[in-house]
Amino acid sequence: MSAYNFAYLDEQTKRMIRRAILKAIAIPGYQVPFGSREMPLSYGWGTGGVQVTASVIGPDDVLKVIDQGADDTTNAVSIRHFFARTTGVRTTTRTDEATLIQTRHRIPETPLCAGQIMVFQVPIPEPLRWLEPRETETRTMHALEEYGVMHVRLYEDITQHGRVATAYDYPVRVNGRYIMRPSPIPKFDNPKLDRSPALLLFGAGREKRIYAVPPWTPVKSLDFDDHPFTIERWEEACALCGSRESFLDEVIVDDKGGRIFVCSDTDYCGRRREHLA
Amino acid sequence: MSERPLLAVRGLTKRYGERTGCVDVGFDLWPGEVIGVVGESGSGKTTILHCLSGRTAATAGSATFVQRDGTVVDLLRMPEAARRRLARTDWAMVQQNPRDGLRMSVTAGANVGEPLMALGARHYGEIRGRALDWLGQVEIPLDRIDDLPATFSGGMQQRLQIARSLVTRPRMVFMDEPTGGLDVSVQARLLDLLRGLVADLGLAAIVVTHDLAVTRLLAHRLLVMRGGEIVESGLTDQILDDPQHPYSQLLVSSVLPP
Repeated sequence: MSAYNFAYLDEQTKRMIRRAILKAIAIPGYQVPFGSREMPLSYGWGTGGVQVTASVIGPDDVLKVIDQGADDTTNAVSIRHFFARTTGVRTTTRTDEATLIQTRHRIPETPLCAGQIMVFQVPIPEPLRWLEPRETETRTMHALEEYGVMHVRLYEDITQHGRVATAYDYPVRVNGRYIMRPSPIPKFDNPKLDRSPALLLFGAGREKRIYAVPPWTPVKSLDFDDHPFTIERWEEACALCGSRESFLDEVIVDDKGGRIFVCSDTDYCGRRREHLA
Repeated sequence: MSERPLLAVRGLTKRYGERTGCVDVGFDLWPGEVIGVVGESGSGKTTILHCLSGRTAATAGSATFVQRDGTVVDLLRMPEAARRRLARTDWAMVQQNPRDGLRMSVTAGANVGEPLMALGARHYGEIRGRALDWLGQVEIPLDRIDDLPATFSGGMQQRLQIARSLVTRPRMVFMDEPTGGLDVSVQARLLDLLRGLVADLGLAAIVVTHDLAVTRLLAHRLLVMRGGEIVESGLTDQILDDPQHPYSQLLVSSVLPP
């Protein structure tokens, strides 16, 4: 792979993206525009996350890539393979071994620790977009902290469903200032954002935005006083490892309506089973 | 009655390049007072509202506003952040077309509740209670609270907009043709409602309209505009019954008797 620079992107591009990342870390939750590049995968597959990862990865990093919590799905396998070929870094599926974790739609169940970096793939970074299509206007609303409309959305949910029905990409307030979309992670993972010891970086390739939550930053999920934020609970335990704490996926196992619930985090589930065996 | 006017406008001028929006407009608005601004299309009525509410930047002039704490600010020169905050707490805007003033994609309750949430209300039950209270005040059936405004009639939409504007208890309301586009019987009910609310809440209001009947019912004083200038001002009844300026005379005599 000598025809390509380390981690695919040229050094000038990485430098530009690192500057955007530094600015994003300096202003937690603020969306920093950057010159997003064409990447060798299509929009919606993690072009933003890949560019952020390519800019921060070093030869000594250990990379883990997950998609919906799993290490063995198409998106995770191909991105992991991409970086293995273009950087030669060691890859892993173990959360506690990784120094850099790129993710789509989940935060690992194994608690993150200081020194780790999480990179999130973001489809739409703007939390106000659903109500305000103009970018100039949403930027002004962020600048002036005009966030009343975010609660209108929660109000509508409670009015229609009796509770806040938003189950993923649940809006949060970062460090008491910016409202942020945490990317389409289930709201089950929102508490893990709060005062996380790891650095959380968010990259949106098509929308050309980078934002960040520095370690130990308070992140609060929006709610009402009489309808406080809650996370999902399951009646079942994981059919494979028996966990009652993790986020469960429902899997259909035959054509007779048979179904089981299993951990979405394959590394967490596998390690628990090893431990039990 | 306080010693100074709530809003004092002096020398307000707006030029769009060569053309003029309004020239050297000056008036005082006292607490609890309703001023009507009348004139033909293009006479600068709406320009005044847009300059005062910050939607367009004035070319020259001043508009001093007395805040709740007694401090005085110039609406035309204050920073945008402060102006928007003031717009949320101290004044409200009623648009001619309710679609401009409402969020058509969310329910009536959310429309009335949004200004409260923008000011920091975070208790669902209380927000809903206030919304119900206001729907009652503007005579919208309470069981319509969870319906979209798109399913409302034009008159109901306009009343919903009024509820949304007044729920934060503003001190000053800008109304741009509040009864435009409504049929006559609906207009009459709406005017009756507005007159009651303005009187009950002690609101100061500026009502821009080309309909002299509206001003007769609502406004205490009138400003007659033509070509961007105020050509005559005075008590409503005085101007309507005994207009002095030739243009005012034309305007009053142009009203078709039913």
